[in-house]
Amino acid sequence: MPVRTYIEAIRETLREEMRRDASVIVLGEDVGKKGGVFLATDGLYDEFGEGRVIDTPLTESLIIGASIGVSVNGLRPVPEIQFADFIFPAFNQIVSEAARMRYRSNGTFSCPMTIRAPFGGGVHGALYHSQSVEAFFTHVPGLKVVVPSTPYDARGLLRSSIRDDDPVLFFEHKKLYRSVRGEVPDSDYSVPLGRANITRPGTQVTIVAYGLMAHYALEAAELVEADGISAEVIDVRTLRPLDTETLLDSVKKTGKAVIVYEDNRFGGYGAEIAALLAEEAFDYLDGPVTRVAGPEVPGVPYSHGLEDWFMVDPDRIAEAVRRLAAY
Amino acid sequence: MATTAADARAAVGDAPAGDLAAKVGLTDQQLLDMYALIALTRAVDERMWILNRAGKVPFVISGQGHEGAQVGLAFELRKGHDWMVPFYRSVASVLTFGMTAREIMLAQFARSIDPSSGGRQMPGHYGAARHNILSTSSPVATQVLHAVGIALAAKIRGIDQVVMTSLGEGASNQGDFHEGLNFAGIHRLPVVTVVENNGYAISVPARLQTAVEDVADRAGGYAMPGVVVDGADVLACYRAGREAIRRARAGEGPTLIEAKVTRLTGHSSDDQQTKYRSAEELASGKDRDPLPRFRSQLRDAGVLDDEHESTIAAEIKAAVDDATDWAEAQPEPDPATAERHVYAGDPPDPSAGQPGAG
Ligand SMILES: Cc1ncc(C[n+]2csc(CCOP(=O)(O)OP(=O)(O)O)c2C)c(N)n1
Ligand SMILES: [Mg+2]
Repeated sequence: MPVRTYIEAIRETLREEMRRDASVIVLGEDVGKKGGVFLATDGLYDEFGEGRVIDTPLTESLIIGASIGVSVNGLRPVPEIQFADFIFPAFNQIVSEAARMRYRSNGTFSCPMTIRAPFGGGVHGALYHSQSVEAFFTHVPGLKVVVPSTPYDARGLLRSSIRDDDPVLFFEHKKLYRSVRGEVPDSDYSVPLGRANITRPGTQVTIVAYGLMAHYALEAAELVEADGISAEVIDVRTLRPLDTETLLDSVKKTGKAVIVYEDNRFGGYGAEIAALLAEEAFDYLDGPVTRVAGPEVPGVPYSHGLEDWFMVDPDRIAEAVRRLAAY
Repeated sequence: MATTAADARAAVGDAPAGDLAAKVGLTDQQLLDMYALIALTRAVDERMWILNRAGKVPFVISGQGHEGAQVGLAFELRKGHDWMVPFYRSVASVLTFGMTAREIMLAQFARSIDPSSGGRQMPGHYGAARHNILSTSSPVATQVLHAVGIALAAKIRGIDQVVMTSLGEGASNQGDFHEGLNFAGIHRLPVVTVVENNGYAISVPARLQTAVEDVADRAGGYAMPGVVVDGADVLACYRAGREAIRRARAGEGPTLIEAKVTRLTGHSSDDQQTKYRSAEELASGKDRDPLPRFRSQLRDAGVLDDEHESTIAAEIKAAVDDATDWAEAQPEPDPATAERHVYAGDPPDPSAGQPGAG
């Protein structure tokens, strides 16, 4: 089976979807000749031309607002926000408009679109090129939120997102773009939205994570294995709609859960999972639902030492797992 | 290049007397149709306020004073082909573009078969998929970007659709307005943006909203013509709309039209405008009411006579009574349906559709 990097999987999937469906267009800042600042759209401009690969002005609200109009009038846009950190000028268009179009029109209008945005820290991007913004959007009914962590899932989930009839936020972890390789079949498989993946089976503690943290969770599971602790790792993959069944089944089995997210802890996405477990798996819990998350500062600081201080890493996750296992 | 506001004003000046219809390139019947639309809109609008005072509908936001501009500007659009992306004052625009008095009243009463939202949105948030009228939200100016996107898709798909969108002069200070016009200018998109300048954004006068006298002057920054038109002059609006629609359809690009109108009511049923507008100002606003003006113009031109007028008036009264009674009698949305249409595939509402609303 061919091995690809995470970003290659995304690029090839975009190309294939554009070949398959003439209504798919790409728009965003620098997505044309340059192929995007991370090269996610590299080559698309040459193949599909400026009519379907559109370099927009530096206006995020326009990128999303125009995508809404484009989708209402029969096309399937895949807008790119250059960095998730810069999605906020488009927040109103995403939350007030795209998310509500179907509901507010009583099902008579919809806006299928896949908003791609690189997110996440650990890449020396500091406060404005490192953010995890998923919690702002997972709160909103009408949106779907997807965070793949492997090349296989990036491809399968991007396919499902582009073919989905609702607005999807597709967050790609920048640190994974070139650091992660994996087998990606050439077939037309897709990974359905709304299904989590058990990436490592175990019996004593469930570790729930997504994005870069899904990899760190696996590393942590390795580390604690040496201490005789069997950890099960779940990669959430789709944050909204959430696969509650897989999570609950796992925690009912292990009785213990560590939830990992890179964003700062307070009000982060993991809080929703903690609440779910407290409400629906209370009788099965053998210890406090535990979160391992970023510190309460308004962004990832730049200097090497400060960034390391901010970022959750496998050791910190392993430490929390050991503590919980001993509870 | 952008024309100056003054050029534009001269270009769309008063229609000369004489054979009015021929001079403006319409038939007498079309002039009467325009008149009937304006009068119908006014009657529907007045009924909304009566229903509000009677305690039957909790909220009204409407367009009295804007109707002449809306009918004139939208008259040349192709129904069922072009697109309308309206705002909350667009009662006349959506009636011109195919919605019916019944459909408007369904929204007022928030009934389950209301085509705009099935009773989910406040009244005034029009939309109708079958007429290509995009669903309206409340945050102002967001719709300009949707209009631009619809126009972009039309261009990509090679369809000669024209998109007309409208907003107030207050909303024209939002970033979305500028981002949208800029993009439309870059790609010469077939979109006509109408700013209905009534001098107020709720209570804040235009002089505290925009640094320029004419919003249309902003078109110069986006490489499109900016046209100022007297919104009380229906035929001037018609000509301005027709030219902008022609340009858009011919691939010559977007136009910004500013119609100077007056707001004859409070901002909404929740507003007391005497707090910030003087009695004299309110009285002089009445002189800028497009309805009596157009009526006199058509009477002077011999297009409208007593007989026409009373026939149209009787038809409108019957239509508004029918729309009110019929809409009020329709069922309210069932709370059991409130979770529908969050995502595709959420169970469809069996009562959806608009039986009898045409
Ligand atoms: C983004 C946003 N801010 C505030 C409001 C509240 N609001 C509704 S209408 C309005 C004034 C709009 O004035 P203008 O654009 O001139 O239109 P008009 O109502 O005069 O026709 C305001 C402040 C809103 N709907 N959206
Ligand atoms: Mg105003």
